[in-house]
Amino acid sequence: MELVCPAGSLPALRAAVDAGADTVYTGLKDATNARHFAGLNFTPDSLARGIEYARSRGRRVLMAINTYPQPHGWGQWTTAVDRAADLGVDGVIIADAGVLGYAADRHPGLPRHLSVQASATSTEALQFYQEQFGIRRAVLPRVLSLTQVTRLAENSPVELEVFGFGSLCIMAEGRCLLSSYATGESPNTAGACSPAGHVRWEDLPDGGLETRLNGVLIDRFRPGEKAGYPTLCKGRFQVNGNKLGHILEEPTSLNSMELLPDLQAAGITAIKLEGRQRSPAYVAQITAVWRAAIDACRARGREFRPQEDWQRTLARLSEGSQTTLGAYHRAWQ
Amino acid sequence: MDTTPKLSLGPCQYFWPRTVVEAFYARVADSPVDIVYLGETVCAKRRELRPEDWIGLAGELAGTGKQAVLSTLTLIEARSEMGVVRRFCDNGEFLVEANDIAAVQLLHSRGLPFVTGPSVNIYNAATLRHYHRLGLQRWVMPVELGRDALQAILGDAALPQLQTEVFAHGRLPLAWSARCYTARYHDLPKDQCGLRCIENPEGMPVHTREGEHFLTINGIQTQSGRVTNLLPEWRDLSAAGADILRLSPLPEGTIQRLHAMRQALDGDPAALATVNADRAQTCNGYWYGQAGMTLTAQAEHP
Repeated sequence: MELVCPAGSLPALRAAVDAGADTVYTGLKDATNARHFAGLNFTPDSLARGIEYARSRGRRVLMAINTYPQPHGWGQWTTAVDRAADLGVDGVIIADAGVLGYAADRHPGLPRHLSVQASATSTEALQFYQEQFGIRRAVLPRVLSLTQVTRLAENSPVELEVFGFGSLCIMAEGRCLLSSYATGESPNTAGACSPAGHVRWEDLPDGGLETRLNGVLIDRFRPGEKAGYPTLCKGRFQVNGNKLGHILEEPTSLNSMELLPDLQAAGITAIKLEGRQRSPAYVAQITAVWRAAIDACRARGREFRPQEDWQRTLARLSEGSQTTLGAYHRAWQ
Repeated sequence: MDTTPKLSLGPCQYFWPRTVVEAFYARVADSPVDIVYLGETVCAKRRELRPEDWIGLAGELAGTGKQAVLSTLTLIEARSEMGVVRRFCDNGEFLVEANDIAAVQLLHSRGLPFVTGPSVNIYNAATLRHYHRLGLQRWVMPVELGRDALQAILGDAALPQLQTEVFAHGRLPLAWSARCYTARYHDLPKDQCGLRCIENPEGMPVHTREGEHFLTINGIQTQSGRVTNLLPEWRDLSAAGADILRLSPLPEGTIQRLHAMRQALDGDPAALATVNADRAQTCNGYWYGQAGMTLTAQAEHP
């Protein structure tokens, strides 16, 4: 299985390559991709250097153009596709049907991957994107159980890539509008969820802390309690006037390493690690662990077990220092 | 040409007992609504009505002069769930609203015209034109888009035959998950949920810790806390290109609202005031390019 790693900067790209990534995925410094954060991502020049670095070591670079352009920004998205073609990336990761059509028409030789943001969860949906836009690969949403992934892989007309590790979207990607409901900006429209510009951290008189998103109280922490970023779906709310807590999801990261033999047997082509917003050091660590795991799984097949030190490293790097199998595991659902 | 928008009733997002559903649609049959969308769009386990029952209901409503449309499941996870989608797409009589690309694929491959629901992402003219080439007859604008985007998309697309529908009243569908939040609330595994959604005819309110009704959970779906209401702005919607105004069923007030809105469209200002009565509890921000939860003062209408 191919290891696909995140890079939000040239140092992170180099770190991923050095630590054993087969492929590194990137994005430009604008709203054309779903990690549109200040100080992050690539200029065409820095990406050209990144591609050169990866190529000279036999690795690949992908560019994500996976948000949904509206008419006023259309030219920026088509320009991003043209740039990707000019730079000679090994593929573009796209969600929007209009952008896919543009890429297929103008740059038929540029491989197209369907972004997780397109939320394709069925054979029919995969067929649609393959027939309409000639996609080579699809990234599956983090809403499917292992059984469902396996069934899908049996009939898939395209290569499949699944998430291995990182921040966990618990909603079907590309169909979650919680962020724009609260702030006016969503992953689809602005390339960011719960965007930093709307976040307020407020100290409380008792030494505690409140986090707000555009004024909405997302969480309140006791003095000394570890406070996380106010991602909407990981806040503490009250249901039906009585149950208070993480009613949607706890702050936790996805870790599917123990499923590697199953994913390999199912014929999954690639494992994706989330985290373009993270540091080069983080990218280096998770890449090294997953490189070792995938190599071990290739060698040992069904006998593969994650090493304890790998799992400790990943837990330490996780949100809230805890990990979950997420939707892969039916009981989570 | 008459540009007064038509009224539609979207698919019921909640899980109501069969008798309640039947009584509701009996009243819908007598209401001044033009188009009725039928079917379970949230959770495949909700089977108070089987596909055949929905198709039968469509026939009854069509008999009263309404256009009946069958709406497909939004988040498809298991191959078995495609069965119901396929049954709707193969119904042979009624138009189908595709709420996922899988249904678009089925309908297109059968050479059938189709509608796309608000969860099919159409954010620009290139996408709209592509689906139109495949048989798209009508689209419901994604709920996070607003007036400026709508005008620009329709202006660029230049598809005069295409119908545009806007989600104008009801709780906004905001997210879909593998996880069932209703089962989670009851500490039940999803596979043994006991169909508890049936206890909550308009979902369960989610409040912030300072009492703001922020969201609503409805099984695997997350909705807005506030009801969106763009009906008072109907002239603005119409001017921006909306041919059809969608009302999403609520357990209370939907039928009365349809009657009042019909009167408002016919020029009765008192009826429009009725439609606007609960304004303080509503939201309309998306239409104005702002956070969806906000309530923005509308421009004065003549």
